[in-house]
Amino acid sequence: MNKQLVKTLLTTVAIMLALSSVAQASPEEDRQAFVKFFHDRFPNVKGDDWINGVYAIDSASRAQWEEIEDFPPYEIYVDEGKKLFETKFANGKSLADCFENGGIGIKQNYPYFDTKRGEVVTLELAINECREKNGEKPWGWKKGKLAAVSAYMAWTSRGKKTNVKIPNDPRALAAYEAGKKHFYSRRGQLNMACAHCHMHYSGNKLRADITSPALGHTTHFPVFRSKWGSLGTLHRRFGGCNKQVRAKPFKAQSEEYRNLEYFLTYMNNGLPINGPGARK
Amino acid sequence: MNKQRRLILKTLMQGGMALGALMAAPGAALAAWMESAFKAKDMGEAMKNLLGSANAQDSDKVRLETPAIAENGAVVPIKVSSSLPNVESISIFVKNNPTPLAASFEIPEGTEPKVSVRIRMGKTSPVTAVVKAGGKLYSTTKETKVTIGGCGG
Amino acid sequence: MSMKIKAKASGGVVKAKMMIKHPMHTGMVKDKKTGKKIPAKFIQEVVVTANGKKVFVANLNTSISKDPFLSFEFKGKAGDKLEVTWKDNTGATGKGETVVK
Repeated sequence: MNKQLVKTLLTTVAIMLALSSVAQASPEEDRQAFVKFFHDRFPNVKGDDWINGVYAIDSASRAQWEEIEDFPPYEIYVDEGKKLFETKFANGKSLADCFENGGIGIKQNYPYFDTKRGEVVTLELAINECREKNGEKPWGWKKGKLAAVSAYMAWTSRGKKTNVKIPNDPRALAAYEAGKKHFYSRRGQLNMACAHCHMHYSGNKLRADITSPALGHTTHFPVFRSKWGSLGTLHRRFGGCNKQVRAKPFKAQSEEYRNLEYFLTYMNNGLPINGPGARK
Repeated sequence: MNKQRRLILKTLMQGGMALGALMAAPGAALAAWMESAFKAKDMGEAMKNLLGSANAQDSDKVRLETPAIAENGAVVPIKVSSSLPNVESISIFVKNNPTPLAASFEIPEGTEPKVSVRIRMGKTSPVTAVVKAGGKLYSTTKETKVTIGGCGG
Repeated sequence: MSMKIKAKASGGVVKAKMMIKHPMHTGMVKDKKTGKKIPAKFIQEVVVTANGKKVFVANLNTSISKDPFLSFEFKGKAGDKLEVTWKDNTGATGKGETVVK
Protein backbone atom coordinates (compact mmCIF):
# COMPACT_ATOMS: atom_id res chain seq x y z
CA MET A 1 0.00 0.00 0.00
CA ASN A 2 2.66 2.41 1.05
CA LYS A 3 4.76 1.49 -1.92
CA GLN A 4 1.85 2.32 -4.22
CA LEU A 5 1.40 5.70 -2.58
CA VAL A 6 5.07 6.55 -2.94
CA LYS A 7 4.95 5.52 -6.58
CA THR A 8 1.92 7.72 -7.22
CA LEU A 9 3.55 10.62 -5.46
CA LEU A 10 6.75 10.19 -7.40
CA THR A 11 4.84 10.05 -10.68
CA THR A 12 2.96 13.22 -9.76
CA VAL A 13 6.20 15.00 -8.96
CA ALA A 14 7.72 13.81 -12.20
CA ILE A 15 4.72 15.08 -14.17
CA MET A 16 4.85 18.42 -12.37
CA LEU A 17 8.53 18.72 -13.15
CA ALA A 18 7.90 17.86 -16.75
CA LEU A 19 5.12 20.43 -16.97
CA SER A 20 7.22 23.14 -15.39
CA SER A 21 10.03 22.41 -17.78
CA VAL A 22 7.55 22.79 -20.67
CA ALA A 23 6.45 26.15 -19.33
CA GLN A 24 10.04 27.26 -19.11
CA ALA A 25 11.09 25.92 -22.50
CA SER A 26 13.04 28.39 -24.57
CA PRO A 27 11.61 29.45 -27.93
CA GLU A 28 14.24 27.33 -29.62
CA GLU A 29 13.24 24.26 -27.61
CA ASP A 30 9.62 25.03 -28.50
CA ARG A 31 10.52 25.19 -32.15
CA GLN A 32 12.39 21.92 -32.10
CA ALA A 33 9.48 20.18 -30.38
CA PHE A 34 7.07 21.78 -32.85
CA VAL A 35 9.08 20.59 -35.85
CA LYS A 36 9.47 17.13 -34.35
CA PHE A 37 5.73 16.88 -33.81
CA PHE A 38 5.05 17.37 -37.51
CA HIS A 39 7.93 15.21 -38.66
CA ASP A 40 6.58 12.38 -36.52
CA ARG A 41 3.01 12.95 -37.67
CA PHE A 42 3.82 13.18 -41.37
CA PRO A 43 6.96 11.10 -41.94
CA ASN A 44 6.47 11.18 -45.72
CA VAL A 45 6.90 14.92 -46.11
CA LYS A 46 10.32 15.51 -47.59
CA GLY A 47 12.70 18.38 -46.94
CA ASP A 48 11.14 21.81 -46.97
CA ASP A 49 7.88 20.69 -48.59
CA TRP A 50 6.09 21.95 -45.45
CA ILE A 51 6.04 25.35 -47.09
CA ASN A 52 3.38 24.03 -49.47
CA GLY A 53 0.86 23.56 -46.70
CA VAL A 54 -1.86 21.00 -47.27
CA TYR A 55 -0.36 20.15 -50.67
CA ALA A 56 2.56 18.57 -48.85
CA ILE A 57 0.22 15.93 -47.42
CA ASP A 58 -2.58 15.54 -49.98
CA SER A 59 -1.62 14.39 -53.46
CA ALA A 60 -5.08 14.85 -55.04
CA SER A 61 -5.30 18.53 -54.20
CA ARG A 62 -1.61 18.92 -54.97
CA ALA A 63 -2.20 17.96 -58.59
CA GLN A 64 -4.77 20.74 -59.02
CA TRP A 65 -2.56 23.20 -57.20
CA GLU A 66 0.36 22.38 -59.51
CA GLU A 67 -1.95 22.96 -62.46
CA ILE A 68 -2.87 26.37 -61.00
CA GLU A 69 0.79 27.15 -60.27
CA ASP A 70 1.48 26.65 -63.99
CA PHE A 71 0.15 30.21 -64.27
CA PRO A 72 -0.62 31.31 -60.74
CA PRO A 73 -3.41 33.79 -60.09
CA TYR A 74 -1.15 36.03 -57.99
CA GLU A 75 1.28 36.89 -60.78
CA ILE A 76 -0.65 39.84 -62.17
CA TYR A 77 -0.90 41.16 -58.61
CA VAL A 78 2.82 40.74 -57.98
CA ASP A 79 3.32 42.92 -61.07
CA GLU A 80 0.89 45.47 -59.64
CA GLY A 81 2.67 45.32 -56.31
CA LYS A 82 5.99 45.99 -58.01
CA LYS A 83 4.54 49.07 -59.71
CA LEU A 84 3.11 50.33 -56.42
CA PHE A 85 6.38 49.62 -54.65
CA GLU A 86 8.30 51.65 -57.20
CA THR A 87 5.80 54.53 -57.37
CA LYS A 88 7.23 57.62 -55.75
CA PHE A 89 5.44 59.36 -52.89
CA ALA A 90 4.44 63.02 -53.30
CA ASN A 91 7.65 63.96 -51.47
CA GLY A 92 9.79 62.12 -54.03
CA LYS A 93 10.71 59.25 -51.75
CA SER A 94 9.41 55.71 -52.12
CA LEU A 95 8.87 52.55 -50.09
CA ALA A 96 12.39 51.39 -50.91
CA ASP A 97 13.77 54.24 -48.79
CA CYS A 98 12.22 52.82 -45.61
CA PHE A 99 13.74 49.36 -45.84
CA GLU A 100 17.04 47.65 -45.55
CA ASN A 101 18.45 46.70 -48.98
CA GLY A 102 15.81 48.89 -50.62
CA GLY A 103 13.12 46.45 -49.51
CA ILE A 104 14.33 43.66 -51.82
CA GLY A 105 14.76 40.15 -50.39
CA ILE A 106 14.04 41.02 -46.77
CA LYS A 107 10.72 39.30 -46.01
CA GLN A 108 12.49 36.44 -44.19
CA ASN A 109 13.46 38.84 -41.38
CA TYR A 110 9.84 39.75 -40.61
CA PRO A 111 8.22 40.05 -38.19
CA TYR A 112 10.88 41.41 -35.90
CA PHE A 113 10.81 42.72 -32.36
CA ASP A 114 11.63 46.41 -32.24
CA THR A 115 13.45 46.90 -28.95
CA LYS A 116 13.04 50.68 -29.09
CA ARG A 117 9.29 50.51 -29.46
CA GLY A 118 8.92 47.38 -27.41
CA GLU A 119 6.62 45.65 -29.90
CA VAL A 120 6.46 43.30 -32.87
CA VAL A 121 6.70 44.92 -36.30
CA THR A 122 5.30 42.99 -39.24
CA LEU A 123 6.13 43.69 -42.88
CA GLU A 124 2.63 45.06 -43.52
CA LEU A 125 2.88 47.37 -40.51
CA ALA A 126 6.26 48.63 -41.70
CA ILE A 127 4.88 49.29 -45.21
CA ASN A 128 1.98 51.38 -43.97
CA GLU A 129 4.11 53.20 -41.39
CA CYS A 130 6.50 54.09 -44.18
CA ARG A 131 3.63 55.56 -46.16
CA GLU A 132 2.37 57.58 -43.23
CA LYS A 133 5.83 58.83 -42.35
CA ASN A 134 6.05 60.20 -45.87
CA GLY A 135 2.71 61.93 -45.77
CA GLU A 136 0.73 59.23 -47.61
CA LYS A 137 -2.47 57.58 -46.47
CA PRO A 138 -2.11 54.04 -45.15
CA TRP A 139 -3.69 51.23 -47.17
CA GLY A 140 -6.29 48.75 -45.91
CA TRP A 141 -4.65 45.96 -43.93
CA LYS A 142 -6.14 42.80 -45.35
CA LYS A 143 -6.16 42.94 -49.15
CA GLY A 144 -5.73 45.19 -52.17
CA LYS A 145 -2.68 47.39 -52.53
CA LEU A 146 -1.00 46.47 -49.26
CA ALA A 147 -1.35 42.77 -50.00
CA ALA A 148 -0.02 43.34 -53.53
CA VAL A 149 3.07 45.17 -52.28
CA SER A 150 3.60 42.56 -49.57
CA ALA A 151 3.29 39.86 -52.27
CA TYR A 152 5.91 41.58 -54.39
CA MET A 153 8.27 41.87 -51.43
CA ALA A 154 7.74 38.19 -50.62
CA TRP A 155 8.38 37.35 -54.28
CA THR A 156 11.77 39.07 -54.12
CA SER A 157 12.56 37.03 -50.99
CA ARG A 158 11.70 33.60 -52.37
CA GLY A 159 14.16 30.95 -51.31
CA LYS A 160 15.52 32.93 -48.37
CA LYS A 161 15.25 31.12 -45.08
CA THR A 162 12.88 32.41 -42.44
CA ASN A 163 15.03 34.10 -39.83
CA VAL A 164 12.96 35.53 -37.00
CA LYS A 165 14.93 36.58 -33.94
CA ILE A 166 13.91 36.95 -30.35
CA PRO A 167 16.26 39.53 -28.88
CA ASN A 168 17.40 39.36 -25.29
CA ASP A 169 14.60 41.56 -24.02
CA PRO A 170 11.91 40.31 -21.64
CA ARG A 171 9.29 42.16 -23.68
CA ALA A 172 10.26 40.22 -26.80
CA LEU A 173 9.92 36.94 -24.96
CA ALA A 174 6.59 38.13 -23.55
CA ALA A 175 5.35 38.92 -27.08
CA TYR A 176 6.43 35.46 -28.22
CA GLU A 177 4.71 33.82 -25.23
CA ALA A 178 1.52 35.82 -25.92
CA GLY A 179 1.49 34.54 -29.50
CA LYS A 180 2.09 31.01 -28.32
CA LYS A 181 -0.74 31.34 -25.85
CA HIS A 182 -3.10 32.46 -28.62
CA PHE A 183 -2.13 29.44 -30.71
CA TYR A 184 -2.85 26.94 -27.95
CA SER A 185 -5.90 28.61 -26.35
CA ARG A 186 -9.42 27.42 -26.96
CA ARG A 187 -11.76 30.11 -28.22
CA GLY A 188 -15.11 30.70 -29.85
CA GLN A 189 -18.37 28.77 -29.64
CA LEU A 190 -16.65 25.72 -31.06
CA ASN A 191 -14.11 26.03 -28.25
CA MET A 192 -11.16 25.17 -30.44
CA ALA A 193 -7.60 26.41 -30.56
CA CYS A 194 -5.47 26.98 -33.65
CA ALA A 195 -3.51 23.95 -32.46
CA HIS A 196 -6.54 21.69 -32.65
CA CYS A 197 -7.00 21.96 -36.42
CA HIS A 198 -3.44 22.65 -37.41
CA MET A 199 -1.51 20.37 -35.06
CA HIS A 200 -3.48 17.64 -33.37
CA TYR A 201 -6.07 17.08 -36.13
CA SER A 202 -3.89 18.25 -38.99
CA GLY A 203 -4.25 15.99 -41.99
CA ASN A 204 -7.76 14.97 -40.94
CA LYS A 205 -10.91 15.97 -42.72
CA LEU A 206 -12.89 18.97 -41.61
CA ARG A 207 -16.05 18.45 -43.65
CA ALA A 208 -14.58 18.27 -47.16
CA ASP A 209 -11.29 19.95 -46.31
CA ILE A 210 -8.06 18.53 -45.03
CA THR A 211 -6.53 20.70 -42.36
CA SER A 212 -3.00 21.80 -43.08
CA PRO A 213 -0.01 21.35 -40.78
CA ALA A 214 0.96 24.59 -39.01
CA LEU A 215 4.61 23.98 -39.84
CA GLY A 216 5.22 26.09 -42.94
CA HIS A 217 2.07 28.17 -42.54
CA THR A 218 3.69 31.58 -42.67
CA THR A 219 6.14 31.07 -45.53
CA HIS A 220 3.66 31.41 -48.40
CA PHE A 221 1.75 34.52 -47.36
CA PRO A 222 0.23 36.65 -48.64
CA VAL A 223 -1.93 34.16 -50.51
CA PHE A 224 -4.34 34.31 -53.38
CA ARG A 225 -7.27 32.21 -52.20
CA SER A 226 -9.80 30.97 -54.72
CA LYS A 227 -12.39 31.44 -51.99
CA TRP A 228 -11.51 35.13 -51.73
CA GLY A 229 -10.84 35.61 -55.41
CA SER A 230 -8.10 37.97 -54.30
CA LEU A 231 -4.86 38.28 -52.42
CA GLY A 232 -5.02 38.43 -48.65
CA THR A 233 -2.56 38.96 -45.84
CA LEU A 234 -1.77 36.56 -43.02
CA HIS A 235 -3.91 38.58 -40.64
CA ARG A 236 -6.87 38.33 -42.99
CA ARG A 237 -6.50 34.56 -42.72
CA PHE A 238 -6.12 34.71 -38.92
CA GLY A 239 -9.43 36.57 -38.79
CA GLY A 240 -11.04 33.93 -40.99
CA CYS A 241 -9.73 31.10 -38.79
CA ASN A 242 -11.01 32.77 -35.64
CA LYS A 243 -14.41 33.28 -37.25
CA GLN A 244 -14.55 29.64 -38.31
CA VAL A 245 -14.44 28.55 -34.69
CA ARG A 246 -17.16 31.16 -34.09
CA ALA A 247 -14.89 33.52 -32.20
CA LYS A 248 -14.81 37.25 -32.64
CA PRO A 249 -11.70 37.95 -34.69
CA PHE A 250 -9.11 40.47 -33.59
CA LYS A 251 -8.27 43.37 -35.86
CA ALA A 252 -5.58 42.93 -38.50
CA GLN A 253 -2.28 44.23 -37.12
CA SER A 254 -3.65 44.22 -33.58
CA GLU A 255 -1.05 43.39 -30.96
CA GLU A 256 -2.71 39.97 -30.53
CA TYR A 257 -2.21 38.99 -34.20
CA ARG A 258 1.24 40.50 -34.45
CA ASN A 259 2.30 38.40 -31.49
CA LEU A 260 0.69 35.33 -33.05
CA GLU A 261 2.56 36.00 -36.28
CA TYR A 262 5.76 36.37 -34.26
CA PHE A 263 5.31 32.98 -32.61
CA LEU A 264 4.18 31.16 -35.76
CA THR A 265 6.91 32.59 -37.95
CA TYR A 266 9.51 31.73 -35.33
CA MET A 267 8.27 28.13 -35.48
CA ASN A 268 9.06 28.25 -39.23
CA ASN A 269 12.61 29.46 -38.81
CA GLY A 270 14.87 27.87 -41.39
CA LEU A 271 12.07 27.21 -43.90
CA PRO A 272 12.37 29.14 -47.16
CA ILE A 273 10.02 31.96 -48.10
CA ASN A 274 7.80 30.91 -51.03
CA GLY A 275 5.17 33.63 -50.95
CA PRO A 276 2.94 34.65 -52.44
CA GLY A 277 1.03 31.40 -52.63
CA ALA A 278 -2.13 30.11 -54.30
CA ARG A 279 -4.65 28.32 -52.14
CA LYS A 280 -8.14 26.94 -52.63
CA MET B 1 -0.98 68.59 -91.29
CA ASN B 2 0.19 66.49 -94.18
CA LYS B 3 2.11 64.23 -91.88
CA GLN B 4 -0.93 63.69 -89.73
CA ARG B 5 -3.07 62.98 -92.74
CA ARG B 6 -0.61 60.42 -93.95
CA LEU B 7 -0.62 58.81 -90.54
CA ILE B 8 -4.40 58.62 -90.57
CA LEU B 9 -4.37 57.14 -94.04
CA LYS B 10 -1.73 54.64 -93.00
CA THR B 11 -3.71 53.63 -89.95
CA LEU B 12 -6.85 53.26 -92.01
CA MET B 13 -5.05 51.13 -94.53
CA GLN B 14 -3.56 48.92 -91.89
CA GLY B 15 -6.96 48.52 -90.33
CA GLY B 16 -8.41 47.65 -93.70
CA MET B 17 -5.68 45.12 -94.32
CA ALA B 18 -6.23 43.51 -90.95
CA LEU B 19 -9.95 43.33 -91.66
CA GLY B 20 -9.22 41.85 -95.05
CA ALA B 21 -6.95 39.26 -93.48
CA LEU B 22 -9.67 38.31 -91.04
CA MET B 23 -12.25 37.99 -93.76
CA ALA B 24 -9.91 35.98 -95.91
CA ALA B 25 -9.04 33.62 -93.06
CA PRO B 26 -9.57 30.02 -94.07
CA GLY B 27 -12.34 27.96 -92.57
CA ALA B 28 -15.45 29.38 -91.06
CA ALA B 29 -15.77 33.13 -90.72
CA LEU B 30 -15.00 34.51 -87.29
CA ALA B 31 -17.73 32.95 -85.20
CA ALA B 32 -19.26 35.74 -83.22
CA TRP B 33 -20.25 35.04 -79.63
CA MET B 34 -23.33 32.93 -80.17
CA GLU B 35 -25.87 34.12 -77.66
CA SER B 36 -28.38 31.33 -78.34
CA ALA B 37 -25.76 28.76 -77.37
CA PHE B 38 -24.15 30.55 -74.43
CA LYS B 39 -27.47 31.50 -72.83
CA ALA B 40 -29.15 28.12 -73.34
CA LYS B 41 -30.05 26.45 -70.03
CA ASP B 42 -30.16 22.97 -71.48
CA MET B 43 -26.97 21.28 -72.61
CA GLY B 44 -28.49 19.65 -75.68
CA GLU B 45 -29.92 22.95 -76.81
CA ALA B 46 -26.60 24.72 -76.22
CA MET B 47 -24.78 22.08 -78.25
CA LYS B 48 -27.31 22.14 -81.06
CA ASN B 49 -27.21 25.93 -81.29
CA LEU B 50 -23.43 26.05 -81.22
CA LEU B 51 -22.43 23.05 -83.28
CA GLY B 52 -25.55 22.17 -85.23
CA SER B 53 -26.20 18.91 -83.43
CA ALA B 54 -26.67 17.67 -79.90
CA ASN B 55 -25.12 14.32 -80.76
CA ALA B 56 -21.41 13.69 -80.58
CA GLN B 57 -19.65 10.39 -80.91
CA ASP B 58 -17.91 9.26 -77.75
CA SER B 59 -14.22 9.06 -78.62
CA ASP B 60 -11.02 8.20 -76.80
CA LYS B 61 -9.30 10.54 -79.25
CA VAL B 62 -10.70 13.40 -77.19
CA ARG B 63 -8.64 13.68 -74.05
CA LEU B 64 -10.21 15.53 -71.15
CA GLU B 65 -8.35 16.23 -67.92
CA THR B 66 -10.49 17.34 -65.01
CA PRO B 67 -10.10 16.90 -61.27
CA ALA B 68 -12.23 14.09 -59.80
CA ILE B 69 -12.95 16.35 -56.82
CA ALA B 70 -12.61 20.06 -57.38
CA GLU B 71 -10.59 21.84 -54.70
CA ASN B 72 -12.80 24.86 -55.19
CA GLY B 73 -15.71 25.12 -57.62
CA ALA B 74 -14.70 28.71 -58.39
CA VAL B 75 -11.50 27.58 -60.09
CA VAL B 76 -11.59 24.17 -61.77
CA PRO B 77 -8.67 23.54 -64.12
CA ILE B 78 -9.70 21.85 -67.40
CA LYS B 79 -7.44 20.59 -70.17
CA VAL B 80 -8.64 19.27 -73.51
CA SER B 81 -6.55 17.82 -76.31
CA SER B 82 -7.22 15.58 -79.27
CA SER B 83 -5.36 13.26 -81.60
CA LEU B 84 -8.00 13.68 -84.31
CA PRO B 85 -6.97 15.30 -87.60
CA ASN B 86 -8.47 18.56 -88.88
CA VAL B 87 -9.82 19.82 -85.57
CA GLU B 88 -11.88 22.97 -86.10
CA SER B 89 -13.09 23.69 -82.61
CA ILE B 90 -13.08 22.52 -78.99
CA SER B 91 -16.04 23.25 -76.70
CA ILE B 92 -16.56 22.62 -73.01
CA PHE B 93 -19.94 21.93 -71.44
CA VAL B 94 -20.82 21.62 -67.75
CA LYS B 95 -24.21 19.93 -67.69
CA ASN B 96 -25.32 21.13 -64.27
CA ASN B 97 -24.22 24.74 -64.55
CA PRO B 98 -27.04 27.30 -65.04
CA THR B 99 -25.74 27.79 -68.60
CA PRO B 100 -23.89 24.61 -69.58
CA LEU B 101 -21.69 25.97 -72.37
CA ALA B 102 -18.57 27.29 -70.64
CA ALA B 103 -16.25 27.97 -73.55
CA SER B 104 -15.74 27.30 -77.21
CA PHE B 105 -12.33 27.58 -78.86
CA GLU B 106 -11.64 27.98 -82.55
CA ILE B 107 -8.59 26.03 -83.67
CA PRO B 108 -7.28 27.54 -86.94
CA GLU B 109 -4.92 25.55 -89.13
CA GLY B 110 -1.47 25.50 -87.58
CA THR B 111 -2.85 25.57 -84.04
CA GLU B 112 -2.67 22.39 -81.98
CA PRO B 113 -5.91 20.92 -80.63
CA LYS B 114 -4.76 21.44 -77.07
CA VAL B 115 -6.24 24.01 -74.69
CA SER B 116 -6.42 24.74 -70.96
CA VAL B 117 -8.85 26.94 -69.12
CA ARG B 118 -10.16 27.39 -65.56
CA ILE B 119 -13.88 27.31 -65.04
CA ARG B 120 -16.57 27.72 -62.39
CA MET B 121 -18.78 24.83 -61.34
CA GLY B 122 -21.79 25.44 -59.14
CA LYS B 123 -22.20 21.79 -58.19
CA THR B 124 -21.12 18.27 -59.03
CA SER B 125 -21.57 17.70 -62.74
CA PRO B 126 -20.43 15.82 -65.79
CA VAL B 127 -17.98 17.88 -67.82
CA THR B 128 -18.02 17.23 -71.57
CA ALA B 129 -15.42 18.22 -74.12
CA VAL B 130 -16.72 18.27 -77.70
CA VAL B 131 -14.27 18.37 -80.56
CA LYS B 132 -15.38 19.26 -84.06
CA ALA B 133 -13.07 17.63 -86.57
CA GLY B 134 -13.64 17.19 -90.30
CA GLY B 135 -17.20 18.43 -89.82
CA LYS B 136 -18.04 15.72 -87.26
CA LEU B 137 -18.49 15.89 -83.50
CA TYR B 138 -16.58 13.75 -80.99
CA SER B 139 -16.72 13.91 -77.23
CA THR B 140 -15.48 12.70 -73.87
CA THR B 141 -17.28 13.16 -70.55
CA LYS B 142 -15.96 13.00 -67.00
CA GLU B 143 -17.58 13.79 -63.71
CA THR B 144 -16.14 16.39 -61.36
CA LYS B 145 -17.38 16.53 -57.80
CA VAL B 146 -17.81 19.90 -56.15
CA THR B 147 -17.92 19.87 -52.36
CA ILE B 148 -18.65 22.47 -49.77
CA GLY B 149 -15.47 22.94 -47.83
CA GLY B 150 -14.97 23.35 -44.12
CA CYS B 151 -12.53 26.22 -44.31
CA GLY B 152 -12.01 26.58 -48.02
CA GLY B 153 -15.57 26.49 -49.30
CA MET C 1 -7.01 46.26 -67.10
CA SER C 2 -3.86 44.37 -67.10
CA MET C 3 -2.95 41.18 -68.83
CA LYS C 4 0.03 38.87 -68.65
CA ILE C 5 1.12 36.73 -71.59
CA LYS C 6 3.86 34.12 -71.64
CA ALA C 7 4.90 32.47 -74.89
CA LYS C 8 7.80 30.12 -75.41
CA ALA C 9 8.90 28.29 -78.54
CA SER C 10 10.30 24.78 -78.54
CA GLY C 11 10.68 22.44 -81.51
CA GLY C 12 8.59 24.56 -83.85
CA VAL C 13 5.68 24.83 -81.40
CA VAL C 14 4.83 27.87 -79.32
CA LYS C 15 3.19 27.32 -75.98
CA ALA C 16 1.17 30.43 -75.12
CA LYS C 17 -0.39 31.12 -71.74
CA MET C 18 -2.22 34.19 -70.60
CA MET C 19 -4.15 35.67 -67.74
CA ILE C 20 -6.43 38.65 -68.16
CA LYS C 21 -7.41 40.70 -65.14
CA HIS C 22 -11.20 40.81 -65.29
CA PRO C 23 -13.92 40.36 -62.62
CA MET C 24 -16.05 37.98 -64.76
CA HIS C 25 -19.26 38.94 -62.96
CA THR C 26 -21.92 36.36 -63.69
CA GLY C 27 -24.86 38.68 -63.03
CA MET C 28 -26.19 36.18 -60.48
CA VAL C 29 -24.21 37.24 -57.42
CA LYS C 30 -25.49 39.81 -54.94
CA ASP C 31 -23.35 42.58 -53.56
CA LYS C 32 -23.00 41.77 -49.84
CA LYS C 33 -23.24 45.42 -48.85
CA THR C 34 -26.10 46.68 -51.02
CA GLY C 35 -28.00 43.40 -51.45
CA LYS C 36 -28.37 44.21 -55.15
CA LYS C 37 -27.27 41.93 -57.92
CA ILE C 38 -23.93 42.83 -59.48
CA PRO C 39 -24.64 43.22 -63.20
CA ALA C 40 -23.04 40.72 -65.55
CA LYS C 41 -19.65 41.78 -66.84
CA PHE C 42 -17.66 39.04 -68.49
CA ILE C 43 -15.28 38.54 -71.38
CA GLN C 44 -17.04 36.99 -74.36
CA GLU C 45 -14.27 36.82 -76.88
CA VAL C 46 -10.49 36.61 -76.91
CA VAL C 47 -8.62 36.69 -80.23
CA VAL C 48 -4.93 35.93 -80.53
CA THR C 49 -2.84 36.65 -83.61
CA ALA C 50 0.78 35.76 -84.34
CA ASN C 51 2.46 38.17 -86.77
CA GLY C 52 -1.02 39.31 -87.76
CA LYS C 53 -2.38 35.81 -88.45
CA LYS C 54 -5.20 34.51 -86.30
CA VAL C 55 -4.01 31.55 -84.23
CA PHE C 56 -6.66 31.23 -81.54
CA VAL C 57 -10.16 32.41 -80.71
CA ALA C 58 -11.87 31.77 -77.38
CA ASN C 59 -15.58 32.40 -76.89
CA LEU C 60 -16.30 32.46 -73.18
CA ASN C 61 -19.30 32.37 -70.87
CA THR C 62 -19.93 33.65 -67.34
CA SER C 63 -18.72 30.29 -66.02
CA ILE C 64 -15.08 31.11 -66.71
CA SER C 65 -13.18 31.88 -63.49
CA LYS C 66 -12.32 35.42 -62.46
CA ASP C 67 -9.11 36.68 -64.15
CA PRO C 68 -9.49 34.22 -67.06
CA PHE C 69 -6.58 31.90 -67.78
CA LEU C 70 -6.11 30.42 -71.24
CA SER C 71 -3.38 28.37 -72.81
CA PHE C 72 -2.93 26.91 -76.25
CA GLU C 73 -0.19 25.81 -78.66
CA PHE C 74 0.50 26.72 -82.26
CA LYS C 75 3.17 26.25 -84.89
CA GLY C 76 5.56 29.16 -84.56
CA LYS C 77 8.98 30.32 -83.47
CA ALA C 78 10.86 32.64 -81.17
CA GLY C 79 10.48 36.26 -82.24
CA ASP C 80 6.87 35.85 -83.40
CA LYS C 81 4.76 38.77 -82.28
CA LEU C 82 1.65 37.74 -80.36
CA GLU C 83 -1.29 40.09 -79.98
CA VAL C 84 -4.23 39.39 -77.71
CA THR C 85 -7.46 41.36 -77.79
CA TRP C 86 -10.57 40.78 -75.73
CA LYS C 87 -14.07 42.13 -75.62
CA ASP C 88 -16.63 41.80 -72.86
CA ASN C 89 -20.43 41.90 -72.84
CA THR C 90 -20.47 45.60 -71.94
CA GLY C 91 -18.37 46.45 -74.99
CA ALA C 92 -15.20 47.05 -72.97
CA THR C 93 -12.04 45.87 -74.68
CA GLY C 94 -8.45 45.18 -73.78
CA LYS C 95 -5.21 44.43 -75.53
CA GLY C 96 -1.86 42.90 -74.78
CA GLU C 97 1.15 41.79 -76.71
CA THR C 98 4.38 39.92 -76.32
CA VAL C 99 7.22 38.50 -78.36
CA VAL C 100 7.64 34.73 -78.33
CA LYS C 101 10.77 33.66 -76.45
